[in-house]
Amino acid sequence: MNNKIMHPFWVIVHKEISDHIRSWRFIILVALIALTCLGSMYTALTNISKAVKPDDPEGAFFFLKLFTISDGSLPSFFIFISFLGPLLGISLGFDAVNSEHNKGTLSRVLSQPIHRDYLLNAKFVAAMIVISIMFFALGFLVMGVGLFSIGIPPTAEEFLRIVFFILLSIFYVAFWLNLSILFSVQFRQPATSALAGIAVWLFFSVFYGMIVNLISKAIAPPEMASQHQIFNYEAIRLTLMRIMPNQLFSDATTTLLMPSVRSLGPLTMEQVYGTIPGPLPLGQSILLVWSQVTGLIAATILCFVLSYVSFMRREIRSR
Amino acid sequence: MAENIIEIADLTKKYGSFTAVDQLNLTIRKGDIFGLLGPNGAGKSTTILMMLGLTEPTSGSVKVCGIDSTSNPIEVKRRVGYLPEDVGFYSNLNGLENLMFTARLNRIPPEEAEQKAEQLLIRVGLSDAGKKKTGKYSRGMLQRLGLADVLIKNPEVIILDEPTLGIDPKGVREFLELIVSLSKEEGLTVLFSSHDLHQVQQVCDRVGLFVKGKLIAEGDIQTLSKKLFANSPYIIETGIYIASDFSENKYTTDWLKEVLKPVEGIIAVNMKNDIFNIESSRDSSVEIAKAIVESGAGLNYLNKKEYGLDDIYYRYFEGGDSHE
Repeated sequence: MNNKIMHPFWVIVHKEISDHIRSWRFIILVALIALTCLGSMYTALTNISKAVKPDDPEGAFFFLKLFTISDGSLPSFFIFISFLGPLLGISLGFDAVNSEHNKGTLSRVLSQPIHRDYLLNAKFVAAMIVISIMFFALGFLVMGVGLFSIGIPPTAEEFLRIVFFILLSIFYVAFWLNLSILFSVQFRQPATSALAGIAVWLFFSVFYGMIVNLISKAIAPPEMASQHQIFNYEAIRLTLMRIMPNQLFSDATTTLLMPSVRSLGPLTMEQVYGTIPGPLPLGQSILLVWSQVTGLIAATILCFVLSYVSFMRREIRSR
Repeated sequence: MAENIIEIADLTKKYGSFTAVDQLNLTIRKGDIFGLLGPNGAGKSTTILMMLGLTEPTSGSVKVCGIDSTSNPIEVKRRVGYLPEDVGFYSNLNGLENLMFTARLNRIPPEEAEQKAEQLLIRVGLSDAGKKKTGKYSRGMLQRLGLADVLIKNPEVIILDEPTLGIDPKGVREFLELIVSLSKEEGLTVLFSSHDLHQVQQVCDRVGLFVKGKLIAEGDIQTLSKKLFANSPYIIETGIYIASDFSENKYTTDWLKEVLKPVEGIIAVNMKNDIFNIESSRDSSVEIAKAIVESGAGLNYLNKKEYGLDDIYYRYFEGGDSHE
């Protein structure tokens, strides 16, 4: 086949990307995220001299501090990403399918000789490409600015950790993107689907933590409980917390960006006894967060499957 | 012998307990302009959606160009151009870009697509508006762009679902003329769905009457009226002058029946709004006029009507209020 003829799938991806980039919504979001990046960079750079202590086991990972430290007035880079990432995902996906329907273009596009899932997949892929490019650009910009201002180049391991952190952020936004695409398939009004997405986001970032606190207070073991009981209680509390995608993301990023974190669950004294405080190698850190990453990807796939199922058998009427 | 390009057999579509399309059988020959005529909610759009595989039939089969629409919709959609009711375009792109997008989805090479898109824009009378964003198009322009959009993939069949909705009468006439000339030039089969019988009468070779999910009659307009009004093909309307000082109107239906007894071929006499409707098996207007005048009554109105789609429509769709 002639190479100049693009596959219809990539034709849609192409169009979606150009739609995203030209939309005001995207420009506003980029501006917002760029601003917060600048803000957190600024606090990180002004505080980085105080952050380094001579006996710090993470002293070797000086560069990673750029992404994690703050003076308390502004959150650090990775907290910003965990906060704004969902907003980015939701805003890129909430009107993916229903706006096509309302514009009357859905039945026209689907009456072309393409598979129905092309539309859904192409919308996802296009938004993912846009998000990936943006996150890598931001991450590398932060690294570049850091390099200029502190004058210490990152080590290979630090660089890899940052790349993994960016990849993880992309997965995290992918979850929210898919959730909002699911809502856009389910709800006819874009406003409803945007609200639904924001409601889920707020629920997880504000209320879910409170609910888990309530539950864990109710089931808290007495003060004199055995170590075993306390251990179990902690495990239950953490499991409940980890239903939240936010928690998975923050667990995983903390481990990646702070190499001294060696476990995300409760540790008994016997386990800690005799360990030398020191950073974990990259491979071990990744191993530690592997379950978190898998959980995030699973949640993403679940949302995708649900939207797929409801979209594939739907009757496509004009508006 | 023309081949059948659309074959629908025992097609049924149910939404819960509501049957939208009921045991539909229909064949459309290649090169025809076929009019699917029916009131709103008769199941026309649902049938069209099933032809394109955009919804699944509950039972029965649809074949377009010999390909099953339910199991192989992609191949069908390659050959069929579909203009949905109330078509929409990407308002941030201009007319030409919208056409190019469709062309690329159909894997038409870019140079060929561009050439074809420009030709089509000229053909549908939008050559000046090609570079204008479709968000600024009027309803009629959108509909014409829709026609160009349907034609860019070189279809064998085009399906137009209520294409004239919301266009002004002049626009409708131009649009219909465009469809007819295009179909003749390119040898296209056209399926045209509408609730407006005059439009259907203007353009269609054959008509299918669709009521409550059923095809109740099918054929060209002459045979349709013959078939449906086999007994009384003529209708003659007469009005009798009634002097205002008459306390009682003696010109009743029974009176007229009596007067018309000598005239052959009278089937029925009805009265509606002071006008008599006389159904007759032959053209007996002259004799009727003579009989009424000879009876001494003042004949002030006489109109001979042949059955058109109008009457077909009303005869069958009058009960149309009962369904949604």
